[in-house]
Amino acid sequence: MLNITDLTVRYGKLTALDGVDIRVDAGEAVFVVGPNGAGKSTLLKTIAGLLRPAGGQVAFEGRAIAGGAPEALCRGGLSLVPEGRHIFRTLTVEENLSVGMMIRRDKAEAKADLEQVLGLFPILRERFRGIAGNLSGGEQQQLAIARALLQRPRLLMIDEPSLGLAPLVIEGVYASLRELNAGGLTLLVVEQSTARVLDLASRVYVIRSGKVVLTDSAEALATGDAMEEAYFGYAGRADA
Amino acid sequence: MRNFLQVMVDAVALGSLLALVALAIGLVFGVMRLINFAQGDYITIGAYALVVPTASLTPALLIGALPVPLMVAGIMLVVILLALATERAAFRPLRDSDPATLLISSFAVSYFLQHLVMLIHTGRPKSVGIGQALTTPIDILGLRVPGIQVVTMAVTAALLIALVLFLKRTPMGIQMRAAAENFQMARLLGVPANRVIAVAFVISGVLGAVVSLLLIVQTGTLSLRMGLMPVIFAFFATVIGGMGSLTGAALGGFLVGVASVLLQSFLPEGLRPFRDAFLFGLVIIILLVRPKGLIVIGAARERV
Repeated sequence: MLNITDLTVRYGKLTALDGVDIRVDAGEAVFVVGPNGAGKSTLLKTIAGLLRPAGGQVAFEGRAIAGGAPEALCRGGLSLVPEGRHIFRTLTVEENLSVGMMIRRDKAEAKADLEQVLGLFPILRERFRGIAGNLSGGEQQQLAIARALLQRPRLLMIDEPSLGLAPLVIEGVYASLRELNAGGLTLLVVEQSTARVLDLASRVYVIRSGKVVLTDSAEALATGDAMEEAYFGYAGRADA
Repeated sequence: MRNFLQVMVDAVALGSLLALVALAIGLVFGVMRLINFAQGDYITIGAYALVVPTASLTPALLIGALPVPLMVAGIMLVVILLALATERAAFRPLRDSDPATLLISSFAVSYFLQHLVMLIHTGRPKSVGIGQALTTPIDILGLRVPGIQVVTMAVTAALLIALVLFLKRTPMGIQMRAAAENFQMARLLGVPANRVIAVAFVISGVLGAVVSLLLIVQTGTLSLRMGLMPVIFAFFATVIGGMGSLTGAALGGFLVGVASVLLQSFLPEGLRPFRDAFLFGLVIIILLVRPKGLIVIGAARERV
């Protein structure tokens, strides 16, 4: 579904991603983990069209999309929930969700989806007419995910869904993601913390300093310390 | 007491006018982080479009000769097209630049438009008689209020209500508010950047045209810099109102207008020539007390 080959992204002279290869197949939940500054957010921003790559290819469902406008990519089936959630704080929950549904042409189905999403995140139904800025961190994360879901993406990308949330709230967010993935939604999730990744992931990439240093199935990584070693830099190279 | 009420009517009328200009500036700033000083030239060109381009000091009417509804529509069309043209030619290519670059480009556009008017109409002030019937005072509860002030307040109220309904009730209005708060996130959700910005410029064009007409009926004079002072005052209004907050912009416009008229009326005679210094002093005091303006939006204002 998503094929990234030899992707290089630079901020001026600084290389943020250096020849990265990542593949996401339909129905998978692929996680990209790595320490702070590894290039995880840069990866998602580049896929979503917010950054232009300096080299390499990004193909979504067989079409080259690198450098496309974010609004066009989102209409093409890619949704990003960026780090820090970025809900519209001065708008109501309802208005935030309506911006999410804006690209939908099938209004009746979109309405049914809204009901389904409000079923998945009941707190949003309770706060439907409230100002989004008054929601707690966990509720804002749910709103950001709900808003992205209403676009009915074929690939949902989430940048650090657990950032700044209490453990119990993270549990809830991951439970929702698991349910969505089980329902067939393809996920590409970036996390700094490796704590819960293996509960949900089908495959994991570990990146450090802009390079993929390890990739394997979650099953294989569940045993042994390969992921921690790669994450903290003990493993050295991907093929080590 | 009667004198005070009379002054307050003047104050609210000027405040209304400035609120309209401040809203136009605030709306474009919201979606583009552009402080558009060319808004003043939209006002000027809207007013000049009323007359035939000649060197005469009392030019014949052009769009101004049409029946009122057509004249209003004609001036709106001219200013909307002008606002869209400046957006397309000057501001769109610089959209990703920092706010300082955008601000400087708006000065450039402003100078260009001023000189364009000078080229077409010459630089001398001209008199134009439009809507003179509106300058006759109407008796309201013992107050003698010029009709144009009543019209200014009524038009401002109607436009404010229309703008609020547009921003709160229509999908485009909600998208515009979303884009004003976080442009990048709005684009990630599919909000079409070009269309939202174009609509903001169309609205700033409508507001500019309305201000053109109200000003020209009030003063009867066309001059190259007629839009400058309203824009500078409105800029202060948006700053003290809180950049990015439309409610703040409207409120700031009213405050600046009211303060200006009150200072003009109640300052000791000898100090009146320094009215603007007092006014700008007030702006500085407000900003010292509330550096982010009167209405602060909780969200981060910078694009990241």
